[in-house]
Amino acid sequence: MSAQDRRLPQGGEVDRSTPMRFRFDDRDYQGLAGDTLASALLANDVRLVGRSFKYHRPRGIFSAGPEEPNALVELRTGARIEPNTRATTIELYDGLEAASQHRWPSLRWDVGEVNNLVSDFLPAGFYYKTFMGWPGWMFWEHFIRKAAGMGRGTLDPDPDSYDKMNAHCDVLVIGGGPAGLSAALVAGRSGARVILVEETDGFGGRLRGERETIDDKPARHWVASTLAELDGMGDVTLLRRTTAFGRYDGNVVAALERRADHLAEPPEHISRQRLWTIRARRIVLAAGGIERHIAFADNDRPGVMLAGAARTYLNRFAVQVGKIATVFANNDDGYRTALDLAAGGVEINAIVDPREHGGTWRQKAETAGIDVFAGAVVSRAHGRLGLVGVDVRDASGKNRFLASDLLAVSGGWNPNVHLTCHLGAKPVWDNALATFLPGDTGPDMRVAGSARGLAGLGTCITDGYAQARAALDDLGYSKSALPDVPVTDEPQEEPVQALWQVPGKGMRFVDYQDDVKVSDIALANREGYQSVEHLKRYTTLGMGTDQGKTANVIGLAVLAEERGLPIDKVGTTTFRPPYTPVTFGAFVGRETGLHYQPLRRSAMHDWHVANGATFVNAGHWLRPQYYLRDGESDVKADIDRAITREVTETRGGGGIVDVSTLGKIDLQGPDTAELLNRLYINGWKTLAVGKARYGLMLREDGHVWDDGTTSRLGENHYFMTTTTANAGPVMSHIEYALQVLWPDLDVKAVSVTEHWAAMAIAGPKSREALAAVLDDVDVSNDALPFMGVVECTLAGIPARVFRISFSGELAYEINVAADCGEAAWEHVMRTGAPLGILPYGTEAMGIMRIEKGHVAGPELDGRTTPADLGLGRMVSSKKPFLGAPMLTREGLTDTDRPSLVGLVPVDGKSRPRAGAVLIADPKAVPPVDKLGHVTSSAYLSPNLDHPIALGLLEGGMAREGETVWAAFPLRDEMIEVRVTGPVFLDPDGERMHG
Amino acid sequence: MIIIDCPYCGPRDHAEFTYVGDAARTRPAEDASQATWFDYVYLRDNPRGPHLEYWQHSSGCRAMVKVLRDTSSHRVLACGLPADQLEAEQLEAGHLEAGQ
Repeated sequence: MSAQDRRLPQGGEVDRSTPMRFRFDDRDYQGLAGDTLASALLANDVRLVGRSFKYHRPRGIFSAGPEEPNALVELRTGARIEPNTRATTIELYDGLEAASQHRWPSLRWDVGEVNNLVSDFLPAGFYYKTFMGWPGWMFWEHFIRKAAGMGRGTLDPDPDSYDKMNAHCDVLVIGGGPAGLSAALVAGRSGARVILVEETDGFGGRLRGERETIDDKPARHWVASTLAELDGMGDVTLLRRTTAFGRYDGNVVAALERRADHLAEPPEHISRQRLWTIRARRIVLAAGGIERHIAFADNDRPGVMLAGAARTYLNRFAVQVGKIATVFANNDDGYRTALDLAAGGVEINAIVDPREHGGTWRQKAETAGIDVFAGAVVSRAHGRLGLVGVDVRDASGKNRFLASDLLAVSGGWNPNVHLTCHLGAKPVWDNALATFLPGDTGPDMRVAGSARGLAGLGTCITDGYAQARAALDDLGYSKSALPDVPVTDEPQEEPVQALWQVPGKGMRFVDYQDDVKVSDIALANREGYQSVEHLKRYTTLGMGTDQGKTANVIGLAVLAEERGLPIDKVGTTTFRPPYTPVTFGAFVGRETGLHYQPLRRSAMHDWHVANGATFVNAGHWLRPQYYLRDGESDVKADIDRAITREVTETRGGGGIVDVSTLGKIDLQGPDTAELLNRLYINGWKTLAVGKARYGLMLREDGHVWDDGTTSRLGENHYFMTTTTANAGPVMSHIEYALQVLWPDLDVKAVSVTEHWAAMAIAGPKSREALAAVLDDVDVSNDALPFMGVVECTLAGIPARVFRISFSGELAYEINVAADCGEAAWEHVMRTGAPLGILPYGTEAMGIMRIEKGHVAGPELDGRTTPADLGLGRMVSSKKPFLGAPMLTREGLTDTDRPSLVGLVPVDGKSRPRAGAVLIADPKAVPPVDKLGHVTSSAYLSPNLDHPIALGLLEGGMAREGETVWAAFPLRDEMIEVRVTGPVFLDPDGERMHG
Repeated sequence: MIIIDCPYCGPRDHAEFTYVGDAARTRPAEDASQATWFDYVYLRDNPRGPHLEYWQHSSGCRAMVKVLRDTSSHRVLACGLPADQLEAEQLEAGHLEAGQ
């Protein structure tokens, strides 16, 4: 186990009493509680942490935050492995395991580095230009992706759980730094409901990595007291380890809370992460700034690091990231880094500053004995696997070598405008600050502190107060005194001098993660990709998982220089959600597996389970498909036997099927018959009380939509059934009709699908069974004729009995309250046992309805008319109804339209597949004219002893007796079928009327 | 994500609602011409700016809520019952410019 050679004996936020073991690339190390993986690696002097994406260049840790482009690792192992995770944001825990990416066989010896040697041949667009020809990109892509490497994922199920949270607030403050804390304080004191989200494990923002004082005390005291006050406020919610990653319409912010990523695995009953949907009346964005670098030769050597990050590692983590440092900065913040590093025991070679003139900060540095090379630049970095020194070019063009193991670079700070862009506001270039400022975010979002380009601790705190106050004014919260502005110690700053690139030979990286260099941008410009959007797509600038947080502005500036235009004339940068990558698990939440969608079970479900049912999904419903008996298993022969048994015994004696899934709608009111008249194609004014009628509904465009029976239970009381699939849509349709189309109709409609359990008894013995089941009810043909309805009781349970038939048999539908469903079903089974009543499933039901030529879902496919289905005579000419005006269109009345026929295989055994295309000539070469298609197919009609099918065929019944071919090319099937009438059994309906 | 102010239930998240369709069109008379019916059934305006539409409070009170929504900003300008004249009210109140 390596010692933490680079760790200082005191200081920082780390807890030296809590060491933590971790493993990186098969080596064991030790870090401390409070470390990130990056700071722990740096404490152990691990500088090389990854290989670059395209050239496989050795790379080191570059930043100390979410903007990290280089230090992407595979975190954890097994089912919890997570590729492309930023070492700079991973909190260290005991036992952490991580591995570097993009290298083979090892990080130090990587075969892919050959790409670096041939890089002159791998410019921007190389892959497109080279591999688009023969044999095509699709062929090459596999090999190129393998070489590029994106980290490994896992195919194992995610062992963790995720939750979703919803929250409302008056003021949402994003960012827990000085501006965010002060904004939350003002908002909290006003009594507003406040949520403050902070990405890291603690509050303070940049202050956690600084040595600044507030009111002459270390800044952390101010942070602690502010936090203590916020914590004590009832209406303030503080969310740590929470990243606001997207802003959406309606001032909704999505945030990811990492509850357990800082632990080896989530504690029992704790979800790993929570996805917050926060609806805020006002947002104060205090997301701070992100430092940028400068493009000079070999600026990606491990040991070249953002200056602010070097400072953070020293001040927050007590890690010296170098022994001898050179600072290269075009702004005064670099001086702060140099002074902090010097105070932390790092030897400072020099501050290299392209600016000729300095101010207070330069004086401070010089007073501290630090050399300042004014008007100079760093032109090259040396050291393949780790920095050994830099070339410094002075104003006269002379180069000198400075041995250094750390180069702290600062090219200025970019306001973190990411979330300001999500609703389309474009960042605006500011020439004086040489950066992009937030665009017009509208009144709902205010930006505070350095996120809008302000500098200085006091200024940012004051701005936090002011932005919160403005948001509160919008919301009408009474004015209260603003907190005092604390005393800070801040020397006057001199302006930044824009410097994007230093001319020189060698690779000058703009975007580390995507290996985009200055030369790639120049090439793109020469080849005509001058728009920023084209540039991004051609070079992949900013297209990595870091979205170019450190790269975009430099890339744009370099393009502007290439084109000889000011930056604001070249374009702007933008960002899209998410701010940082979000795992899919967080979006899925608990809606996975059986919880993916609701599951609906009928009241008789448990009985079906106990009696051998195999279930099939019908929308959200589970329906018995067939019932296996003892000794039968779920294999084809047994399934066929079960289905055949159910059909044969129902037609021969009696069967019972659970039809609870049908949609049921209770309609009451004096205008109900009129409503039905307008919804259905047939007439309803003549339906007597105690009678049911079959009805067909059209869509407004004239096509058949749904069918079912509606019964008249009382003078103004009707009961409608719909197909299982359309139960919801038909209900909404009726509500639309009553509320929007015809509000004058006095009808109340309510869905009662869940209220009633429904079962159908069918077969020649069904009347006998029904008589035995019901309590003293006359069920004779005279008392309860076909389409008759009676309200009665069944073993004391109130019931409605409808004499309607889907199977074509003498049949009755019994409805009882859902709570009584199981008891009623069991009563029927018990009482019907001597008669041989058996349960049947959807397969047998399907075969029986096909035998009768009854249309169902496959025929009501949204493209058929009543006439197509042989139901043309139902269309009333005496009344208007929904869909009538469009039904008379030329295309819908064409007599050549495919219409319903029966189909029988000529060989008596082949089974035409549903969906097979009907054609005239089996030998015809495609494209072949289609005559129609097979809609429904029964593998066997036990009553006819051969397969049967229904189809829609051009010419329809005019072709009766002819043969056509059912083609199913996907399975190479071609079956000759004879056209018959669609009713295969009992065409006169003697069975059901009997 | 938008908030719709249901006339019966108050402001609710749009996840409780189902989009129904264009609320600007009115169903023609039964004997209107085929062209008029074709227009009603198939043709929709796709305006940039305020748009009248129906959203059913399907996970709530089941009301058809008329919503005036700005398609360019996704901002809900007004909500009401089907009979309410939202556009006219907004014009009168000066929240909407004529011709918008």
